Amino acid sequence: MSKTEAAARLAVRKTYKLYIGGAFPRSESGRSYPVTSSKGEFLANASKASRKDARDAVSAARKAFGGWSGATAYNRGQILYRIAEMLEGRRAQFVAELAEAGTKKAGDVVDAAIDRLVWYAGWSDKITSVAGAANPVAGPYFNLSSPEPTGVVAVIAPDEPLLGLVSVIAPVIVTGNTCVVVASERAPLPSITLAEVLATSDLPGGVVNILTGSVKEIAPWLAAHMDVNAIDLTGVADDDLAVTCEQAAAENLKRVLRPAAADWYADPGLKHMTAFLETKTVWHPTGI
Amino acid sequence: MFEYAPAPESRDIVDIKPSYGLFIDGEFVDGTGAPFKTINPATEETLAEVATASGEDVDRAVQAARKAFGVWSAMPGSERAKYLFRIARIIQERSRELAVLETLDNGKPIREARDVDLPLVAAHFFYYAGWADKLDYAGYGPGPKPLGVAGQVIPWNFPLLMLAWKIAPALACGNTVVLKPAETTPLTALLFAEICRQAELPPGVVNIVTGAGETGAAVVNHPDVNKVAFTGSTEVGRLIARNVAGSGKKVTLELGGKAANIVFDDAAIDQAVEGIVNGIFFNQGHVCCAGSRLLVQESIAEELLESLKRRLSLLRLGDPMDKNTDIGAINSSTQLARVRELSDIGEAEGAERWSPACALPERGFWFPPTIFTGVAQSHRIARDEVFGPVLAMLTFRTPAEAVEKANNTPYGLSAGVWTEKGSRILWMADRLRAGVVWANTFNKFDPTSPFGGYKESGYGREGGRHGLEAYLDV
Repeated sequence: MSKTEAAARLAVRKTYKLYIGGAFPRSESGRSYPVTSSKGEFLANASKASRKDARDAVSAARKAFGGWSGATAYNRGQILYRIAEMLEGRRAQFVAELAEAGTKKAGDVVDAAIDRLVWYAGWSDKITSVAGAANPVAGPYFNLSSPEPTGVVAVIAPDEPLLGLVSVIAPVIVTGNTCVVVASERAPLPSITLAEVLATSDLPGGVVNILTGSVKEIAPWLAAHMDVNAIDLTGVADDDLAVTCEQAAAENLKRVLRPAAADWYADPGLKHMTAFLETKTVWHPTGI
Repeated sequence: MFEYAPAPESRDIVDIKPSYGLFIDGEFVDGTGAPFKTINPATEETLAEVATASGEDVDRAVQAARKAFGVWSAMPGSERAKYLFRIARIIQERSRELAVLETLDNGKPIREARDVDLPLVAAHFFYYAGWADKLDYAGYGPGPKPLGVAGQVIPWNFPLLMLAWKIAPALACGNTVVLKPAETTPLTALLFAEICRQAELPPGVVNIVTGAGETGAAVVNHPDVNKVAFTGSTEVGRLIARNVAGSGKKVTLELGGKAANIVFDDAAIDQAVEGIVNGIFFNQGHVCCAGSRLLVQESIAEELLESLKRRLSLLRLGDPMDKNTDIGAINSSTQLARVRELSDIGEAEGAERWSPACALPERGFWFPPTIFTGVAQSHRIARDEVFGPVLAMLTFRTPAEAVEKANNTPYGLSAGVWTEKGSRILWMADRLRAGVVWANTFNKFDPTSPFGGYKESGYGREGGRHGLEAYLDV
């Protein structure tokens, strides 16, 4: 959408909406907010999600949880790899959008985001072997511990519009969780473009839901929502807001992840996966 | 039917002092709070007077633990291991004494304290002793570091076992601890303090502060505590989670439960009945993972209920010190009031209450084994954790309905499945949202096996390799 193009031909602009249950609705509130480039130029009006949108997103995520957590690990890995493929296909679009949002070395960022998806795709059928255990109990019992997805995870995405975003979504969903993501407030547009990628990657609707708007407004609603099982506060920079969210999360004992500031290019480790896994241990007597 | 002659265990083996202080920095010291009495719930006799740790006492304990952390965390893992092995051995050597003391202070049958609690306590220390010099291989990367001072608050249902679950992994990983036992069952923790001295554990590595909720809050909220571990009610767990919000303390919570014990029509009925009885009447039902909701496939509900009633009428309730006793005393008058209240509500809401003919001792706190039938999912008896010998029976027709009903609770600690069909066990196990699934068995524990809940039953795991994570900075 560069100016020279616009001069030759009036560009057809995209309406940036929310991504809920596999569809792209506007905010039910009818609210939007202007998003500007790093240089202050108007880029688009992004939807400003309401509390009702957040609740709709949670119910879409809950509805998708049974199917997604019940899918085979191989299938989830295939779909995550497919997301990487689709992202690669739209590389140029993301490079342009990130550059407009002020991201330096946008090409490197997109490459790293694609590679991160590939990395996590491969974890789908390995994390159980690494995080599970066969336990040698002192008695005639078979005893096996396996990791299982926690459920619906609220994710406050960092202000790193693509690499950071992918780095918090992929680890949550690869193990079978579904999520409601609050996009970077400053640069929300790449997240909605990523939603287009997700929508064309065989990812079932509702597995990832993306909200744009005021983080300060939406995060506490999700933190207090009784059908959300966990919350990732990676993107909450404001300490007071983080404490408010942690306190609200205590009401139904949500699992809370609040990692230290990350270098998004570094090896992510397992933490973003294991924070949203439960360990289930099954016992059965042995005998004839 | 033959009657059993009384077979009382002797209490002479344990020497209960008239009063106990706090254990801080390797010494027994007076507390500055108002002392309280701990009683035998089976007789209401006072066993001893115990110090209350005030905020300042807790602060001293945390300081002692902080000071000891330097020495303890720097010690080679192989040396820490040897201390833990020593402790495990002394527990075995003094196990009868500990079992008797546990039964006197808690009210649980001596048979359970002797055959379940104490062997598991010693095994837990043995297990984590072995980890102390193998942490590099635990799957958390090379050289995982301890967290620092752990503040630990434990309940009254398995006093010494919960102490072992907290202290053994904490020490193995190189942390030091300040532990608060429950106010109704402090005595075995104080005897454990003596064991630490016999083992010549460096002073300050283990500190025991006694008292009620306020003392516990002082431990949990102390700014120099790096790790909070709590086992108890979901209500208090929530409060702790809210209080430590934003503090950066690592928290593990092992909270309440309302486990479904699901019996299919092809189950081995006699084994299932034993499992149901063990699931809810073990330890008077004072078990967070108790199988308190019995879900029976409709076609066998009548037959199963009949067997269950027959079995219940054979349970012997009474003197916990008698080696033949199956059901001991309710731990406190407060808990008895709660069990009574929820049972009365169960009746008032329309469920049918049944108990076997069962004479209750005149003194002490007692509640007969009780079954409720005609229970709806909306009844409080099916939703609230009773934490007593009270079973709510519901029925189902299809496996899908069983899963739906089993998961219809904010809790998710444990579940039971009884069926002879292997594929159905695994299908059910996949779908039950609970941290422990016992198939064709119930209430089994082992130090190598991770334990802990989903949802509002808390977070973190205790036991096994997974139990190390709670005490490492990973």
